[in-house]
Amino acid sequence: MAERVLMKGNEAIAEAAIRAGCKHYFGYPITPQTEIAAYMAKKMPKIGGVFLQAESEIASINMVYGAAAAGVRVMTSSSSPGISLKAEGLSYIAGSDIPALVVNVQRGGPGLGGIQPSQSDYFQATKGGGHGDYRMIVLAPASVQEMASLTIKGFNLADKYQMTSMILADGTIGQMMEPITFEDAEIENYEKPWALTGTNCERKHNIVNSLYLKPEELEVKNFERYEKYKAIEENEAMWEEYMMEDAKYCVVAFGIAARVAKNAVVAARNEGIKVGLIRPITLWPFPQKAIKEAADKVNGFISVELSMGQMIEDIRLYTESKKPVALCNRCGGMIVSPDEVLQSIKNAEKGVF
Amino acid sequence: MAVVFKKPDSLADIPFHYCPGCPHGIIHRLVAEVMDELQIEGKTIGVAPVGCAVMAYDYFTCDMIEAAHGRAPAVATGIKRSRPENIVFTYQGDGDLASIGMAETVHSAARNENITVIFVNNAIYGMTGGQMAPTSLPGQVTQTSPYGRDVDHCGWPIRVSEMLATLEGPEYITRVAVNNVKNVMQAKKAIKKAFQNQIDGKGFSLVEVVSACPTNWGMTPQKALEWVESDMLPFYPIGVYKDRSAEKEESK
Repeated sequence: MAERVLMKGNEAIAEAAIRAGCKHYFGYPITPQTEIAAYMAKKMPKIGGVFLQAESEIASINMVYGAAAAGVRVMTSSSSPGISLKAEGLSYIAGSDIPALVVNVQRGGPGLGGIQPSQSDYFQATKGGGHGDYRMIVLAPASVQEMASLTIKGFNLADKYQMTSMILADGTIGQMMEPITFEDAEIENYEKPWALTGTNCERKHNIVNSLYLKPEELEVKNFERYEKYKAIEENEAMWEEYMMEDAKYCVVAFGIAARVAKNAVVAARNEGIKVGLIRPITLWPFPQKAIKEAADKVNGFISVELSMGQMIEDIRLYTESKKPVALCNRCGGMIVSPDEVLQSIKNAEKGVF
Repeated sequence: MAVVFKKPDSLADIPFHYCPGCPHGIIHRLVAEVMDELQIEGKTIGVAPVGCAVMAYDYFTCDMIEAAHGRAPAVATGIKRSRPENIVFTYQGDGDLASIGMAETVHSAARNENITVIFVNNAIYGMTGGQMAPTSLPGQVTQTSPYGRDVDHCGWPIRVSEMLATLEGPEYITRVAVNNVKNVMQAKKAIKKAFQNQIDGKGFSLVEVVSACPTNWGMTPQKALEWVESDMLPFYPIGVYKDRSAEKEESK
């Protein structure tokens, strides 16, 4: 049987990354994700890997860009203000079509904000953050176990589609401890004929680049990239449904908010209210199919978020505003309580959205 | 018939986009000749900057990557730490290396990253049309210092080689020029040493090449080379600013 260990969420990410074959980590200290760097600093030298503390978030993402271009599995991790600084590199990585894993253990914002948990980087992660037309695969773990499994999944998807996978976690899951098992990491191997390895004077030189001065070429590049994104939207969306079979109301929540919301769904069911939960595991691609189908059978939605309401826009988009969507939220590092969610469910039942 | 002069193998057979009289062509050629002579073309990975040399990735026949403005040393660090057996160099201008990328420059030098940096200093932003650079001389007229660089208003130019030489980290810091044949020959020697240092695992080597920009200086190519001699080199003197291995040798 696989060994069961008690771990912090942040450490689970680091250990899973190593098991996924990541031997290169570049980062910069920021709360509340520092355990990832600390874990890597301890482990990497012992397994012949590289841990390097960069001079800035900008340098660290550009080291990731270089290492990814050289064809190795590579990652960085940060928290909200640090991810803003990495936006430049994220855009270049997207424009060069190379794979990387980036972790955002979110804290409250905007600005320096706070160091308590938040989900207010949903827009930044799913709608861009950096400049230009591009997407990242965004994975939202709701447990320490998922911090590990989605990290492995994230590396595989990044290699498969030659793009960035982002783990969009939050300070709570990053800091909390839970028992987890490490199943044997399923490492998918993809050829990297584009990688910078040196030509050995045997092939034409590889160029990793995002510059296209001819607009017709740049347009074609973007068209091609969006074909890839379309395939991802069709094939890679992941979500969990809970008590949705006969649900008249649908709570939508991800990450730590989904853990809280699940308790509220159980409490509401105990009071006879037919409510269920859809928990997006991929935020991009968004589980549009699940939301569309739910929109045809429930009376309304409740989006539970640790932000001023960001995912709610996607729920409205994919329900085509057919059904009302309420927002149950806290922000700035405050966490929504099961009672607050329960109250929102009760309000929905009364038709108050 | 004996071949007495040919294009280096490490340079692609396509025309440069550089302006007439621009020394980038000479500097590219020196780097390519050194790659040929050290027989490292097949294992070299070059990092192109943002600026006039942005399309250097088309000109060198080794594997190439294009970095964001100023980030070339960080990108080179990521490559070198992933593939220590490869030879990694960056090719950067003064705006790229000494302004927006100064942090990456200083810290890669401090870490003694085993990479080679070719730093082309022509005291102006060329690609964007001639703005004031971190290395523009006091009084120098540019598009964004139309009345001449006023050091009371926008500060003094930075002598990158002298500054980096104060660090414990780097192996080799030198300044050369390409305004006459003698200097070109010296520049090539320095570039070769900077690559040889990397092959020998000695660490961070930076060659600052004092260059010219006839177009944005508003001078003929000939006049621009004279201005290098009369104005640039007195402020940016040619010389070896740090050579750790040589210092060790001397102290024996």
